[in-house]
Amino acid sequence: MDRIELKHVTFSYTLAENKALDDVSFTFEKGRFYGVIGENGGGKTTLCNLLRGLIPNFFKGDLSGQVLYDGTDMNDLDVDALSVDIGYVFQNPFTQISGVKKTVFEEVALGLENLGVPPKEIVKRVIDVLKLLEIEHLALNNPTELSGGQRQRVAFASIIVMDPDILVIDEPTSQLDPEGSRRIFDIIETLKKRNKTIVLVEHKINMIARYCDEVLVMKDGKLVRSGSAQEVLSDALLPSLGVRLPEAAQLAYDLADEGLPMPGIPITDEDCCRMIQERWGIHGGN
Amino acid sequence: MEGIEFQDVSFHYPNGFLANEGLNLKVSPGERVAIIGQNGAGKSTAAKMMNGLYKPTQGKVLVNGVDTKEKTTAQIARMVGYVFQNPDEQIFNSTVIKEIEYMPRYFHLPEEEIKARTDEVLSLTGLKDCRDMNPFDISYSTRKFVTIAAVLATKPLYTIWDEPTAGQDCKHTAILRKILDYLQERGVGVVVITHDMDFVVNTFDRIVVMANKHIIADGTPEEIFSREDIIRESCISRPQVGNIAHEAGIKKTILFREELAAYLKEWQSKRKEQQS
Repeated sequence: MDRIELKHVTFSYTLAENKALDDVSFTFEKGRFYGVIGENGGGKTTLCNLLRGLIPNFFKGDLSGQVLYDGTDMNDLDVDALSVDIGYVFQNPFTQISGVKKTVFEEVALGLENLGVPPKEIVKRVIDVLKLLEIEHLALNNPTELSGGQRQRVAFASIIVMDPDILVIDEPTSQLDPEGSRRIFDIIETLKKRNKTIVLVEHKINMIARYCDEVLVMKDGKLVRSGSAQEVLSDALLPSLGVRLPEAAQLAYDLADEGLPMPGIPITDEDCCRMIQERWGIHGGN
Repeated sequence: MEGIEFQDVSFHYPNGFLANEGLNLKVSPGERVAIIGQNGAGKSTAAKMMNGLYKPTQGKVLVNGVDTKEKTTAQIARMVGYVFQNPDEQIFNSTVIKEIEYMPRYFHLPEEEIKARTDEVLSLTGLKDCRDMNPFDISYSTRKFVTIAAVLATKPLYTIWDEPTAGQDCKHTAILRKILDYLQERGVGVVVITHDMDFVVNTFDRIVVMANKHIIADGTPEEIFSREDIIRESCISRPQVGNIAHEAGIKKTILFREELAAYLKEWQSKRKEQQS
């Protein structure tokens, strides 16, 4: 699948007073890495549910506008079949684990079994993914007896083993330490290099700045900003939309206020370091 | 006698796995302490011994002088309220208010007292509008506040929060900070397990660092983040600004934006002097 197009999509959950999505139009293109940020309750998770086809099929409510998958309207598609093209890693790893499998290996193999993939291939693919996520040593553990961070990796493994074209990932690192988070982001980046489309919801703004091509900002169900990561995350108005600026950008604005402008507004730590070194000629040893 | 005290505490899981070894620690009333360290370092195990959920297999854990081994978990948990990492393991009532009232009702508190407590924690945690909603109809991140409110309604002497900022936006992180201030004013001791270093340096004066089953450091943010050996051994990251300063080659330990701005300003004026 190459493209998902949203046209004036509005959605309210049944009985809810507010619109969870309000006139959202956007096109997700193949091989791009999109970061979705915004306040809690802004519509980020609803957007994920929509892309995956869980709205309006599983989560009921009023949906208007159009969702097109490679030009085909959502209503003309079998949503179950969408699960092969679109993998969804839930926010809460505790809900994703099936609870019916006794080992991590079987848990990760479950989706492939359901598709009728030959056993030999299943074994190979599961082992590859367990290696990729560095959880081989947990293969025979019971998935319900893992720590939060381990479960998060198992949940992630059970989706990427399916090799979907599009990955929708809702806060994959909320339970992980910095090293674990970095590893997950490195894996996501590897998937992007394999030409996967990635839609990632994440509060860790520095990670978004470092890895994403494009950033979408959601507030009160509306898509209030979208564009390149540099453009969106260096926007001084970002805090008024309920999102903190990356520390690097905030530092640049603070320094400008002090009469010490940087050559630009960096959004990543790396760019910020480079600009500090260039601007002030610091090379260590002070 | 007051405080939570670990005296040479070790913990083996029933399968023989050693999760904590030789821990010595004291948390006083009104104090707030961040426990940091990698996944698997033993943070959650140590925290679960603080409220009697786990009992040490060696050494002693005392809560206000009471040995946790001599009391039931329920007795210790009345003094030490635990907010779990995953709110879904904790919530079991059909509305937010029922969840919050559950323990006060279980204790047979008078109606007025129950109402006073629930009103207070609802406004403190920003949950007033969710009062009658089913906890599972509100977002995961808001659900964490339901568990915090439920624990606060028991008026614990100490409370332990496991990863409170996970999945929270900046507005809600600010609410968490406000709740911590409220607890400190009332003399409640708080222990927070977290990976969020920006939250740590902006919220805590004391950090306990755990690595590989042990406490390897205990001190102020400035003390901890100036110790290269501690950072390396525990694999903790610096707060973002600290990282920027470090990577830029600045030797001084810097934790806050204002510090870095002041440093660069001074550096610039020194250079101007040298040039003129």
